[in-house]
Amino acid sequence: MKLAFFGGLYSNYLALEAALADASRRDVQQLFCLGDMGAFGPHPDRVVSLLRDAGVTCVQGNYDDSIGNELADCQCGYTDPSDNRFAQISYDYTLEKTSPVHRRWLRALPTSLDLEHSGVRMHLCHGSPRQTNEFLWESTTSDAFLDRVLDPTGADVVLGTHTGLHWTRTTPRGRRFVNVGVLGRPANDGRTNVWYTVLDLTGHEVEVEFVPVDYDFHRLSGEMRSEGLPDEFVTTIESGWWTTCLEVLPSRERRCGRY
Amino acid sequence: MSIASTESGQVSLSGLDELWFQVAGTRCNLTCTHCFISCSPHNDAFGFLSLEVVRKALIESVEWGVREYYFTGGEPFLNPDLVEMLVLALEYGPVTVLTNATVLKDEWLKCLRDAEERGPYSLEFRVSIDGPDAATNDPIRGEGTFDRAMRGVETLVRHGVLPIITMTRTWADAEDHRILSRFRDVLARHGCDRPRLKVLPRLLIGAEAVRTCGYDETDHVSVGMLDGFDSDQLICSHSRTVTDQGVFVCPILLEEPSARLGGTLAEADRPFSLDQGACVTCYQFGAICTNPSGQVFEQTGDGAGEVHT
Ligand code: SF4
Ligand code: SF4
Ligand SMILES: [Fe+2]
Repeated sequence: MKLAFFGGLYSNYLALEAALADASRRDVQQLFCLGDMGAFGPHPDRVVSLLRDAGVTCVQGNYDDSIGNELADCQCGYTDPSDNRFAQISYDYTLEKTSPVHRRWLRALPTSLDLEHSGVRMHLCHGSPRQTNEFLWESTTSDAFLDRVLDPTGADVVLGTHTGLHWTRTTPRGRRFVNVGVLGRPANDGRTNVWYTVLDLTGHEVEVEFVPVDYDFHRLSGEMRSEGLPDEFVTTIESGWWTTCLEVLPSRERRCGRY
Repeated sequence: MSIASTESGQVSLSGLDELWFQVAGTRCNLTCTHCFISCSPHNDAFGFLSLEVVRKALIESVEWGVREYYFTGGEPFLNPDLVEMLVLALEYGPVTVLTNATVLKDEWLKCLRDAEERGPYSLEFRVSIDGPDAATNDPIRGEGTFDRAMRGVETLVRHGVLPIITMTRTWADAEDHRILSRFRDVLARHGCDRPRLKVLPRLLIGAEAVRTCGYDETDHVSVGMLDGFDSDQLICSHSRTVTDQGVFVCPILLEEPSARLGGTLAEADRPFSLDQGACVTCYQFGAICTNPSGQVFEQTGDGAGEVHT
């Protein structure tokens, strides 16, 4: 049985459309999204409509909590003043352009979900099982710590997103963590594609496949420009390199990027 | 005032996320005038940690589920076993070393970068420089230290390190932006074109209390102040510090005898009363000692500064 996991849509409805099409070609039986529907991109209502129409089961991200509850900011916890300025421009835009119906929908999303398929217990969250906006970077998450935060879930596989970079590890105690990546922006590798994850479950075996998704990024960047979103964000979409919010990246992840 | 409003609030250990090693004790090659634990070449209040003590703590730390390890001093690189300790710690998790960058050697950097590349974890260097020029830095950190630290930064960059530069604010808050952008220019000229910069609040203890003025006798974090406050913002709620004289509540209060919580991590797993003036600075600025990537943010709060060596 195949399950698809999306994360960090950041209003990139074109990538979500492409990922939905890809998942259906792969005979995926069920679709999930781990939150952060808005931010960064244009026309935030479009991803929410797509998610609802496609019957995607969703978990709430920090951004969705903020938009849903009309908070003052996105709770990403950036530390650099210029990062915060860009984040605030796109947050204000996203809040204004998200319809009241969609805000209510975002507000009502669960912060985590537990499910079982083919004898595999899964825990779905946004950042980490213990906190929605906790960054679990591959290079700053020790094995011992991963076991400590995964243990209380009792799950075989824990899935999250939030950082923007996909990775997976099996802990010493045998639990699996999967950061499913994000559809909203490229993975800071100089490529324009984005990522989602397919879990293949057969008789207690879990296979994790990270799936690259190509989409019409020229169209997205054009719309971002005409909506007046920050040039820095547009550059990321067109170049595949992160240009902002780099202060929170650990050195190992940062070294992989250009900026 | 009622007793309740002046009684200090207590913070217990919610989980051991960061383990600190006071690896050089209070020994430093510099004698900065703002050092909050009064380090100097002659301060023997705390001694070097041995490799054996570090090894035992690392092994013990696994069952605590420690997320990352911090090595501080004094100047950690004065400890002759430091490189070996860092290499060992990288087998357990991500490592950050806080240094003044004035004593770095190429051979150490090569060895450390190799160790980092062999494993999955990050090795962060946090360098303390207190301003974008000698005129700002040297009066605090000592004659010639700005140039020496910049040469240290060049050494780091040569080995592919992307340092975190921390500076203690000795200027008006409003000056931050100007000073940070000047610092960026200066660092770029030394080859460091993507630094992570952090401005830290001053802690009015140790040498700094002598330099300016200390906290008031009565400064503390009261029970009432903790009401509705997210204690995860304080490092004492998720870390402990190993010294050659036992385990302390945090890397800040080494000169405070009550901050020694026990001889082992298990003994140090008990609440601490925030009855110190420095606690007020933590309360105002958040988890000032943690790296940006490792910070647990309050869901509606904003970021925080950091503490340096
Ligand atoms: S502030 Fe840092 S570099 Fe300066 S004396 Fe203290 S430990 Fe040494
Ligand atoms: S100084 Fe800061 S970290 Fe240390 S006990 Fe006080 S509040 Fe906690
Ligand atoms: Fe998020």
